[in-house]
Amino acid sequence: MTALVDQLSRGLMAPICLTWELTYACNLDCVHCLSSSGRRDPRELSTAEAIALVDELRGLGVFYVNIGGGEPMIRRDFFTIVEHATSNGVGVKFSTNGTFIDEAAAKRIASMDYLDVQISIDGLDPDTNDAVRGTGTHETALRAARRLAAAGMRDFKLSVVVTRHNVDQLDGLLALADSLGAQLRVTRLRPSGRGAQSWDDLHPTDAQQRVIHRWLLDHGDRVLTGDSFFHLNALGESLPGLNMCGAGRVVCLVDPVGDVYACPFVIHEQFKAGNTRDQGGFTAVWRESTLFADLREPGSAGACASCGAYDVCRGGCMAAKFFTGLPLDGPDPECVGGEGERALAIAGPRPVSDVDHSRRPRPITPVPVVLVTK
Amino acid sequence: MDRTALRLDPGVALRPEPFGALAYHYGTRRLVFLKHPDVVRVVEGLDGSTPTSEVLESCGIPADRQPAIERALDALVRSGIVSEVAA
Repeated sequence: MTALVDQLSRGLMAPICLTWELTYACNLDCVHCLSSSGRRDPRELSTAEAIALVDELRGLGVFYVNIGGGEPMIRRDFFTIVEHATSNGVGVKFSTNGTFIDEAAAKRIASMDYLDVQISIDGLDPDTNDAVRGTGTHETALRAARRLAAAGMRDFKLSVVVTRHNVDQLDGLLALADSLGAQLRVTRLRPSGRGAQSWDDLHPTDAQQRVIHRWLLDHGDRVLTGDSFFHLNALGESLPGLNMCGAGRVVCLVDPVGDVYACPFVIHEQFKAGNTRDQGGFTAVWRESTLFADLREPGSAGACASCGAYDVCRGGCMAAKFFTGLPLDGPDPECVGGEGERALAIAGPRPVSDVDHSRRPRPITPVPVVLVTK
Repeated sequence: MDRTALRLDPGVALRPEPFGALAYHYGTRRLVFLKHPDVVRVVEGLDGSTPTSEVLESCGIPADRQPAIERALDALVRSGIVSEVAA
């Protein structure tokens, strides 16, 4: 472990990378949605609370926030919040499905300083993308991207979750981003939120993991990854970026109702550190929560202790392990040394989050009804 | 060639941290770690007119440490966190 990673693992005065999901409302119903979004939560932060949170983050020296959802542009005060942040030294990078980027919105986004936007698209063609994100969403995303390009927005991002079905489209997606004057961002599929139900079918195969590793080594200087593929470092050459799990250490998530989780991929009671509405606000949660204090303690390598790759893969992603029923101090379910498959074969039950805003409720176990006739 | 004076780039914000400081450039969106408190003190002492050697002296950096700090400053110039100002 490098001295820097060691230092960062012990936590910082404030997060480097704070994800803030503005709303659970979403017009789409993606099968891998990390936050199981769909319906707005009536307890979501008001405009005044959101503005106050921005001011608090500014005081903490948080340089920028990653805004997501749900679909953040559904909030009518979206631009009010974003403009308050960017005009007060808190940069914004926001993630959208593009539905609400009409020409006026594209011009407004392009005209703002310290504002970055990423459009989610999960395949080069409609068939691949729409199977995951819903009918018509490929065209919607491309239309939004073209509008941003036409409005003069430079270096916006096309953001792709890498799945079994789009690994062989990475070259094409990079060319697509180039053609739009955009930058490609690729991230790892997590079994979080609705992803818990789709992960088995969507996550890349072991052979594909090797393809992704090679591709990132060849293109990593032009492609953003959110440093999310560090489990692949066990294949040999390390990928660029901070190769560590930042949960609760340099990263956290504020959800639409103000709940603070260790990272965007663990919306589950077990990883909830507190709420921004609590006494002391976000600052107290970040600095004083016992969950975050625990995460900042040096962890045990557990079942990975005897593996020579542990120093570079760090045991992989905590969220991926948790939601596939694996122990947190063991191998990642996608361990490229083959330990993940062995562990999955004997994994415990998969934890289910009780935070679910899907418009279609999860199927529940039918309760037998007995009709009694008198 | 004598060095021009240095200053923290106007687009950069510094945040103190236990290991040193974080530097973020709002223009390039680049995040850089200043991994030693000495580097942080020197960077904070750069004013765009005082020669770097004098800043190092006034920050109390011992002579044997100065080459390491200068290398760190060179790296910060390359990443755009610190910029050169023509004398």
